[in-house]
Amino acid sequence: MKLTLTLNGTPRSADVPDRTLLADLLRDTFGMTGTHVGCDTSQCGCCTVNVDDQAVKSCTMLAMQADGCKVTTIEGLGANGLHPVQQAFSQCHGLQCGFCTPGMVMASVDLLRRNPKPTPAQIAEGLSGNLCRCTGYVNIIHAVQLASQVMHGNAP
Amino acid sequence: MYAFKYQRAESVTSAAEALSADDAAKVLSGGMTLLPSMKHRLIGPSKLIDLTRLTDLIGVREQADHWWVGAATRHQDVASHLGLQKTVPGLAQLAGLIGDPQVRARGTLGGSLANNDPSADYPAAALALQADILTERRNIQADDFFLGMFATALEPDEIITGVRFRTPLRSAYAKFKHPASGYAMAGVFVAQYPPAVADHGGWRVAVTGVANGVFRWQEAEQALVKGGATPALQRDDVIDDVHAPAAYRTHLAMLMLVQACQAFFDHPKPRCRAAP
Repeated sequence: MKLTLTLNGTPRSADVPDRTLLADLLRDTFGMTGTHVGCDTSQCGCCTVNVDDQAVKSCTMLAMQADGCKVTTIEGLGANGLHPVQQAFSQCHGLQCGFCTPGMVMASVDLLRRNPKPTPAQIAEGLSGNLCRCTGYVNIIHAVQLASQVMHGNAP
Repeated sequence: MYAFKYQRAESVTSAAEALSADDAAKVLSGGMTLLPSMKHRLIGPSKLIDLTRLTDLIGVREQADHWWVGAATRHQDVASHLGLQKTVPGLAQLAGLIGDPQVRARGTLGGSLANNDPSADYPAAALALQADILTERRNIQADDFFLGMFATALEPDEIITGVRFRTPLRSAYAKFKHPASGYAMAGVFVAQYPPAVADHGGWRVAVTGVANGVFRWQEAEQALVKGGATPALQRDDVIDDVHAPAAYRTHLAMLMLVQACQAFFDHPKPRCRAAP
């Protein structure tokens, strides 16, 4: 089936089988391999991308469901250098092995869109759909706090 | 995932027709349970009819003595609705406790009710809030809708279009989440109506996550009216699995009842305390 979407600001079209998942469309058809597939069972959140600005798990969404939508992946965040959330993850060492990081960053961007000044508890709840198997959560929360401060002037 | 045909519904009528024409077709709403089930090859529908772009099925509106919520309304839009937060806080609170933010951005009310997972949250709200489940052909009262584990009164080709939740005087929901899945290991919804509007003096208590399907906890309703202690939950279909033995789940139900009641009143009242 044919679909068209705006991927990281660029209109893209594809003709894929109806059962294609959004994660597979992004990785296999469009080569956006920054979107990681961890569990493939909607538990881990590594495949999180933003569809019309909302964080979703792309392994649990059909490519056809994103037809006509605006899709942002980790590759599309830092068009002019690193996005403040990416910068904060780097600065706070909010990653260890880095596998979960694209999903964590995309979920954090959506969290800060909905709640520009989250408390640590709200950050933990806001990232509850993302797992870090290195268990590096403390620095991840610090990173989101720092990004909030840089983007919205939230006191750390 | 087995191959299937994807079709975007143009209207509820055309979706119902497409569903009637093909026994193996299914409707797709949020897909938060359907798609994982298909990926595990537990089911292999021939066709998915996507309802999520039907704007008639989306929205939250106050109408006379109830709130109408469209079947394709996302959990996050119920959770963040200011009118609901004010007048039916239990419902907004419940929607915000489902899954995680990514799930709440996709999952829908109609999908949750049609699936009737014994640990899902929305069935408890529908039962406690005396909901009418509206389909393209009739209205079904919540008391008649839930028929046990994953079973509902829906015909195979029937589509939920919306839900009317009767506005309560007060409402609260308390949930003990499974730490990994986020599903309710016990979830208790308490609603209070004027005595004339519901039996048991206006109190409705619905429990999810504990037994083979959502149920009304009538002993708790009676205890709330009379002011006595609620007796321990007695049922022969309490879920007993690797996550929680039946006795523990029964205990959690009591704790969630107490927690809901504490959220319910400005001050915790002794009459809401559980029997030891």
